[in-house]
Amino acid sequence: MPLVDVTLRVNGESLPLAIDTRTTLLDALREHAGLTGSKKGCDHGQCGACTVLIDGRRANSCLALAVAHDGSEITTIEGLANGELHPLQRAFIEHDAFQCGYCTPGQICSAVGMLDEVRAEGCDLDEDVIRDRMSGNICRCGAYVNIVPAILDAAS
Amino acid sequence: MREFAYERAVDADAAVRAAAAGATFLGGGTNLVDLMKLGVAEPSRLVDVTRLPGSIEELPDGGLRIGASVRNNDLAADPRVRERFPVLSQALLAGASGQLRNLATTGGNLLQRTRCHYFMDPTKPCNKRLPGSGCPAREGEHSNLAVLGWSEACVATHPSDMAVALAALDAVVVTHARRVPLVDFHRLPGDEPQRDTVLEPGELIVAVEIPPAPGRSAYRKVRDRASFAFALVSVAAVLRVEDGTVADVRIALGGVAHKPWRALHAEEMLHGAPATADRFARAAEVELADARPLRDNAFKVTIAKNAIRSVLEGLL
Repeated sequence: MPLVDVTLRVNGESLPLAIDTRTTLLDALREHAGLTGSKKGCDHGQCGACTVLIDGRRANSCLALAVAHDGSEITTIEGLANGELHPLQRAFIEHDAFQCGYCTPGQICSAVGMLDEVRAEGCDLDEDVIRDRMSGNICRCGAYVNIVPAILDAAS
Repeated sequence: MREFAYERAVDADAAVRAAAAGATFLGGGTNLVDLMKLGVAEPSRLVDVTRLPGSIEELPDGGLRIGASVRNNDLAADPRVRERFPVLSQALLAGASGQLRNLATTGGNLLQRTRCHYFMDPTKPCNKRLPGSGCPAREGEHSNLAVLGWSEACVATHPSDMAVALAALDAVVVTHARRVPLVDFHRLPGDEPQRDTVLEPGELIVAVEIPPAPGRSAYRKVRDRASFAFALVSVAAVLRVEDGTVADVRIALGGVAHKPWRALHAEEMLHGAPATADRFARAAEVELADARPLRDNAFKVTIAKNAIRSVLEGLL
């Protein structure tokens, strides 16, 4: 099967790729673009370590085929900081919202998308809402007790 | 993963032509790509239908027409859905995770496959994946499988939350060729468990239509953990009470059968009856009287009865 030409926009820059159609967005980012911030955990959409923003919306990059996102604007953890740390990145540091850190890029990208979703719906944010809306991001160190306050803090 | 060719459909006609030539439709991919990684699905050609026009439009009767490519989170957040069809919004938000709901489409959600462990594992027999190979689930790990409508060939459950709400709302699935009531869209397994739905090969879902809801509505999902788990049992209900009497009621159950289970016996018993907790409980007993639990899932029958009563009470 011949390679297919795909152009992603990653963190504001054009990324032309020639890829096998089977390449997931996660593998395109990690193996082709060298952006290893997005992590491969379960590779089946269950852990959320691979979460990135596709056209501003959080999504599991391990289940997204890169070829299906030709022309899409992708934001990874590497693209969130704009001269200074993103407020969620700062909040995670201030609240010590991690232990090993493997799930953190996915947690932060997911939280960015989640807060936008909650704002768009006009629904109130509290710890229960955060726990429910962030349930697609697993932390095997169990740092939830600090992740939830970090997100609540960054949202306010 | 097996090699495949990829194309993006420019319109529904092109998608249908590609499918007629052997292509498999690709929606958000949250289920299909996963099954391809597992070796459960092995399409040689994909036609991407996610960029076909997808919007939520008002129907003249006050209902909504939902394009097949509308994403689950967009449908859940739509103000018209939240206000007029809360059961649908609640069901969508009870399903999967936030990042999966941003990918998953309306059409794809209806077509997701069972999460039965044996179906998901190509090293095991499964009549749904490989017809005639047998069903290890009936005597094996089946605590989250069917209690109603199963067959010797298959005891799988349909995993969708959205479809359960749509069943209670009397939704209609619109394909490029015809209209199918949602309650007739998914099948019971019978001796052809490989067929989840009545769709013909290559038939494309273009929209789902929902008529105005005839009453208040709600969705309740009972699961092993509070979020991001498939339903053990779920209940979608629409209820209108006039002068203390049930004027209209629709109840659908998830997690209990090969399809969203419309509780017609319970509905029949409740029409015109006093809208009381006692009547709701008796109707639930009648609906579950035909249940045939497997060795390890009789608890679902109890949960279903309690959930039906509780959801209806909540709508009073």
